[in-house]
Amino acid sequence: MTRTRKLSQDKVVNIVFHIIAILMIIAVIYPLWFVIIASFSNPADVASGKVWIWPKVIDVRGYEKLFEQTQLWRSYLNTIIYTVVGTAFALVVNITAGYAMSRKDLPGKKLLNTFYIVPMFVSGGLIPTYVVVKNFGLLDTFWVMVIPFAVSTYNIIVARTFFQNSLPESLWEAAQIDGCSTLRYFFGFAVPLSKAVIAVIGLWTAVGHWNSWFNALIYLQNEDLIPLQLLLRRILISNESLLGAATGTMAQELRQLSDMMKYGSIVVSTLPIMMLYPFLQKYFNQGVMIGAVKG
Amino acid sequence: MKKNKIQLLILLAPSAILLFCFAYLPMFGIIIAFQNYSPGLGILGSKFVGFKNFLQYFKSYQFGVTIKNTLVISLYSILVGFPLPILLALMCNQMKTKMFKKTFQVITYLPHFISTMVMCGLVLIFLSPSTGLFANIARLMGKEFPNIMAQASAFKHVYVWSDIWQHLGWDSIIYLAALSGIDPTYYEAATVDGATTMQKIRYIDIPMIMPTAMVLLILRAGSILGIGFEKVFLLQNVQNILSSEIISTYVYKMGMQSMQYSLSTAIGLFNTVVNVVVLLLVNFMAKKFTESSLF
Repeated sequence: MTRTRKLSQDKVVNIVFHIIAILMIIAVIYPLWFVIIASFSNPADVASGKVWIWPKVIDVRGYEKLFEQTQLWRSYLNTIIYTVVGTAFALVVNITAGYAMSRKDLPGKKLLNTFYIVPMFVSGGLIPTYVVVKNFGLLDTFWVMVIPFAVSTYNIIVARTFFQNSLPESLWEAAQIDGCSTLRYFFGFAVPLSKAVIAVIGLWTAVGHWNSWFNALIYLQNEDLIPLQLLLRRILISNESLLGAATGTMAQELRQLSDMMKYGSIVVSTLPIMMLYPFLQKYFNQGVMIGAVKG
Repeated sequence: MKKNKIQLLILLAPSAILLFCFAYLPMFGIIIAFQNYSPGLGILGSKFVGFKNFLQYFKSYQFGVTIKNTLVISLYSILVGFPLPILLALMCNQMKTKMFKKTFQVITYLPHFISTMVMCGLVLIFLSPSTGLFANIARLMGKEFPNIMAQASAFKHVYVWSDIWQHLGWDSIIYLAALSGIDPTYYEAATVDGATTMQKIRYIDIPMIMPTAMVLLILRAGSILGIGFEKVFLLQNVQNILSSEIISTYVYKMGMQSMQYSLSTAIGLFNTVVNVVVLLLVNFMAKKFTESSLF
């Protein structure tokens, strides 16, 4: 008797869980879907609440206007370059450090550990950092987006943990007996054997670069250098119309076009990452696990 | 052997040099906080004024406001953002249908990859009182939708709940990882003993994820005055500034817009010091009352 009651109680719990899950899926998917259909809809229909599940009429003027903006292409290209070069540079810097920190025979290991951990919690702050970057002559250059903030202690710890756990000590000892030096071992064995952790850290860094804008806001003035996210700030947040000013009935139409461009720019900037994501999800998850090991 | 040590240091050099230049050199720049700094005179030429800048901040009207807003938003974030991912993971872990569970996970992780800029754009577009999605839904039900972004009192809700929408799924991964490590025989034994789903969650799952939860709680509590600058900065406007001016946005405004370099640095330093003290304090308490701690 109690047994069946428990079973039916479990059934109810299971159903409730699934209902909550379905509601959550809708809550996540619908806003994203709405952005896509709104970007293809007539702006007047969107504003007056006639678009819910599918565009009433397909209208691509927003995209046409958006793609006419040379600024968009320029900043898009900038972001791609920053992401590619920045990620490559960060990988070199952080993976080498992670490997060195994983070795037991690293001289002054305790001190070095502190040296790497302290910046995680203490920083000079906005103005002192700005002064330093300026004194290095990096202000308003391509390199300011790549070099100064490439070191990530967190990623170094993740790499170190990975090297410690998955490269057996005996492999290094054997290589050493055969006369292999540290550098040769690093490039010949350690790197090829740690593609997983390199992929994970690379992906994190790439997403970070793709989405970043604050450093650009502080350190870049040159219009030709600004990344996509900063252009999005003008379109989405500051409400600047890229189409210029107009009066009367033209103004109304321009405002609607700007609204379309907002939806369109969200789609154009976010789609690449969203499309890649399901294929890369495996690596992202792995990354969280690798990162969690240290806790 | 000496050669290996030198090579290890060579591997470490790039990151160490970068950290020294862009993390440690700015720390010396903290001196600016105790000066009446002017860029023309430089750090060496500017006059020392002791704690004048700190006192100016402590006595100012902005002191109370920024501290209060930072704490309110931060505590609210923890209060909601800490337990919800745990509940989600517990629920997800009990789902029987593999396919559904997988789909659910992939979809709820998706918003995590939206950039802060686009996220804030989405919030502004959806909450627009004239053309937004929420306004259209409200109109459907015959109600008028208020201009939420212009209400100071609503800012914290917008901030916290949009964060939940974006990161809830992702934040649950780490708990799901901990849960997937549970020995299946526990559940089998519990089933034989007639335990219900809820009882399994209560007596197996929750105790098993407590250590992970504690570490994450310490980390969050440690950065209580360090909530993200980006989102608050992008969402704030003249109308909601009373509840949206936090310490870091104030540091930015003083430093980059009002050119009060010394005052800005002093406030930033104050923030860092409080952060480190809180982190150490929380860590100490956690060590005392539970078994888990960071260091």
